[in-house]
Amino acid sequence: MANPAPTTTVASLTRHDGWERFAADWSSDQRAFKTASWGKVMMWIFLLSDTFIFSCFLLSYMTVRMSTTVPWPNPSEVFALELGGKPVPLILIAIMTFILISSSGTMAMAVNYGYRRERRTTAALMLATAAFGASFVGMQAFEWTKLIREGVRPWGNPWGADQFGSSFFMITGFHGTHVTIGVIFLIIIARKVWRGDFDRERRGFFTSRKGRYENVEIMGLYWHFVDLVWVFIFALFYLW
Amino acid sequence: MAEVVADTVGSIGPAEVAEVELYHATSWLTKYVFCQDAKVIAIQYSVTAMAIGLVALVLSWLMRLQLAFPGTFSLIQSENYYQFITMHGMIMVIYLLTALFLGGFGNYLIPLMLGARDMAFPYVNMLSYWVYLLAVLVLVASFFAPGGPTGAGWTLYPPQAILSGTPGHEWGIILMLASLILFIIGFTMGGLNYVVTVLQCRTRGMTLMRMPLTVWGIFTATVMALLAFPALFVGCVMMLLDRLLGTSFFMPSIVQLGQQLSYSGGSPILFQHLFWFFGHPEVYIVALPAFGIVSDLISTHARKNIFGYRMMVWAIVGIGALSFVVWAHHMYISGMDPYFGFFFATTTLIIAVPTAIKVYNWVLTLWRGNIHLTVPMLFALGFIVTFVNGGLTGLFLGNVVVDVPLSATLFVVAHFHMVMGVAPIFVVFGGIYHWYPKVTGRMLDETLGKIHFWVTFLGAYAIFFPMHYLGLLGVPRRYYELGATAFIPPSAASLNVFITVAALIVGAAQLVFLFNLIWSLSKGRAPGGNPWGATTLEWQTPQTPPGHGNWGKELPVVYRWAYDYSVPGTERDFVPQNQPASAPTA
Repeated sequence: MANPAPTTTVASLTRHDGWERFAADWSSDQRAFKTASWGKVMMWIFLLSDTFIFSCFLLSYMTVRMSTTVPWPNPSEVFALELGGKPVPLILIAIMTFILISSSGTMAMAVNYGYRRERRTTAALMLATAAFGASFVGMQAFEWTKLIREGVRPWGNPWGADQFGSSFFMITGFHGTHVTIGVIFLIIIARKVWRGDFDRERRGFFTSRKGRYENVEIMGLYWHFVDLVWVFIFALFYLW
Repeated sequence: MAEVVADTVGSIGPAEVAEVELYHATSWLTKYVFCQDAKVIAIQYSVTAMAIGLVALVLSWLMRLQLAFPGTFSLIQSENYYQFITMHGMIMVIYLLTALFLGGFGNYLIPLMLGARDMAFPYVNMLSYWVYLLAVLVLVASFFAPGGPTGAGWTLYPPQAILSGTPGHEWGIILMLASLILFIIGFTMGGLNYVVTVLQCRTRGMTLMRMPLTVWGIFTATVMALLAFPALFVGCVMMLLDRLLGTSFFMPSIVQLGQQLSYSGGSPILFQHLFWFFGHPEVYIVALPAFGIVSDLISTHARKNIFGYRMMVWAIVGIGALSFVVWAHHMYISGMDPYFGFFFATTTLIIAVPTAIKVYNWVLTLWRGNIHLTVPMLFALGFIVTFVNGGLTGLFLGNVVVDVPLSATLFVVAHFHMVMGVAPIFVVFGGIYHWYPKVTGRMLDETLGKIHFWVTFLGAYAIFFPMHYLGLLGVPRRYYELGATAFIPPSAASLNVFITVAALIVGAAQLVFLFNLIWSLSKGRAPGGNPWGATTLEWQTPQTPPGHGNWGKELPVVYRWAYDYSVPGTERDFVPQNQPASAPTA
């Protein structure tokens, strides 16, 4: 006799249509999202909050860029690389973007193999994702070094508005931090998958929660979000 | 039509909520210090918030002493006065009220009122408190840093906030920004917990529309905070870069003392937008939990169901949504397109509609109720009066043409202290008097409580009512001393003395409250598990104070809404939410 029959407890569970149904689903018994676990819901809400952070950063960048009276440096010249004696615009950033988008592919495959409980494939794909992420951060470091060598500083640069350097280092730095954190957690979770922690439901060292394959998927949500944000940064910073 | 969907039976196994993996403390340290139990975290949050709140209270005394007796106290120089103002405002709004309502009341009440064993992520919840404590310590550290805490005003407007004319520009501003960033990180950890717990961890039968309004208020406020704090976070990061790296996000070209500074081309208004995009929702982050708690206090102590529950919920959600599109009414005099002012004045006045619905519903709940003038009820009534009062002056300040002459006067100070200072703190007091018996198992002393209420209530009016008149005279806020001016009559100085005396008395009354809190811990009457005859789940726990895991072997099952008071034909004048419907009730 765990719990009495619930039908008498919820008189409001009548069928609804349209918006009423939407509201009724949300406000229904016990949980608003029937199929989503606590961890997934938490990650989605965190990402919503993080979206607001990135939006504020990008809106602030757009504001300073539009309100400054000094010309903005030309991105296709600033972000060009000398290849074979010829400047190729945006080549590095194109490669970086390609790598990051590809890493989303390997991540999605890792999640899929996680569903199938294929321990080693999942871990290998997560490590591949981490490697892609790490190389992205590495190339970002190269890009930063190149720009700093050319005289770009957070407080000024040789070609135009001071806010170019400040916004660039701040926004790509904040995004790069997200990628770095993602890489660290990818490695941690890949190790747990490889060791079989999630098969044996081994408890977490800090949280003492049982390990679950779902962690791979939650990691995936974060990783895809970081990629998606990059698309916006790429469009608004490099293509504008 | 009334076809019952097999919702609970079909998609959720009965043991889902019961199966939560609880963390079991193994030592004294993990039971009382690094504890993952939401109830202990709630007490840690509350004690820390009240401790730092006392600092802010003392700062307000010092400011009042300076305003009443300018030039008497050598330890209050003009720089110190600005530092006191800044720290008083920031501490009261963020580190006291936000932390106490969400971290304190939220942590304690959400799992208990929803019939959950704990928050969804106890470990993250614990981290949330420790990061908050770190934020408080960093803030306190600025009192001891060279140059002292920042004196930029609680709004921290650049460019002055980081320039050398402002006290605390050496270390104070850096520590303040760092502390805010830490607070936001800590709050996010807690906030994710509160939201997920409300959405996903309710016990059987607890639909969203059966939740007590307290939970609705805290839940909506938390969602708002998760969306509003990002703007403050970004603003703090950018100002920190301006201060430390010399970037010019918020800094235009400036000549200071004949010297051209290295800043150029930034936008100070951008900071104001970021700050108030956070700052206005922040008002409601403090007010919505107060709305929720006061609804429950009134219903319980008037022994009557809340009037218009559904409307109350929609009003909370509506206020929460609207509060994101009114922020620039704080910036009417900052220089904006007049059409912007028009837009923001309109949205601001629209907020009055759901707010008025709430006030009418509270009054209609009292109407022909069986009102018990207990201490929590007194504070709830004090809240309604004060909130209406502060809300009405908000109508003045929300209109552009009326606001422009009143901006930056004591009228504004009186308005926001009434509406988001005194009113929510009344609810904090009412809530503490109400739930103290559940938290500690003992009642707070009633006589001391009544003394505390009457002195605080009348005193708050003695302090802030005259400020409206001073403001209408044109007395500016944030002035260290008034000096001799043509437009301020000498009687303003006598009124300032009166306000200061009232402020000192009200401050002393809070010491009575503190004494009561400590004395009653061991000497208070032990009233049993449900002294107020309340319906909500936290009063139905098997133990008082609730034990580890909140409930016994089985979770409670909810059969009704939270407001079945004085139902005709029942033996008691309240029916707990977890009492099955034996006789057919409507």
